[in-house]
Amino acid sequence: MPHTFLVVTSLTILLAVLLSLYRVVAGPSIIDRIIGVNVIGTKTIAVIVLTGYLFDRVEFFIDIAFLYALINFIGTLAFSRYFEQKGVEHS
Amino acid sequence: MTGAMTILAELLICSGVFFLFMGAVGLVRFPDFYTRMHAAGKCDTLGSLLLLVGLATYQGFDFSSAKLLSIAVFIFFTSPTAAHAIARAAYTNRLPLWTRGEQE
Repeated sequence: MPHTFLVVTSLTILLAVLLSLYRVVAGPSIIDRIIGVNVIGTKTIAVIVLTGYLFDRVEFFIDIAFLYALINFIGTLAFSRYFEQKGVEHS
Repeated sequence: MTGAMTILAELLICSGVFFLFMGAVGLVRFPDFYTRMHAAGKCDTLGSLLLLVGLATYQGFDFSSAKLLSIAVFIFFTSPTAAHAIARAAYTNRLPLWTRGEQE
């Protein structure tokens, strides 16, 4: 795969990550921030695999991506269950 | 044959990036938590699924593309589960709904 295609794809995903980061910083309630972090984690998995293709070491980077997907899922689930019981302050 | 597979893979990757980007735009632009959930939950699942399947298609079939497909299946199950857990947390705590005429 040509390198420019991979680089342009990764940069577009990073632009989307910046857009989601706005929601994490400025979100009105804590739940908006949680969903922003979840979206950023999903995009990061794609960027990790693309980086593997860029450096020609796919078989290692895929394991890292799998681990990242696992951590992202467990973290989101833990945070949402915690704030479900604790209560959310909203304006 | 190889050229057709390459074009298919690049088409899949481009559509996946499109869905990921539109999900981020929806996350910024929508006025209310539940509508943001609508944009983020579905666009993220479909976009990363298309992107991973496109990357797996590119090099033909070997061990790493099988692993990529297993990541795709994992995301296909866990991303809606996480979205459901977040939406349940919001619904239990009675987050306010957006109504017409309200700014932002």
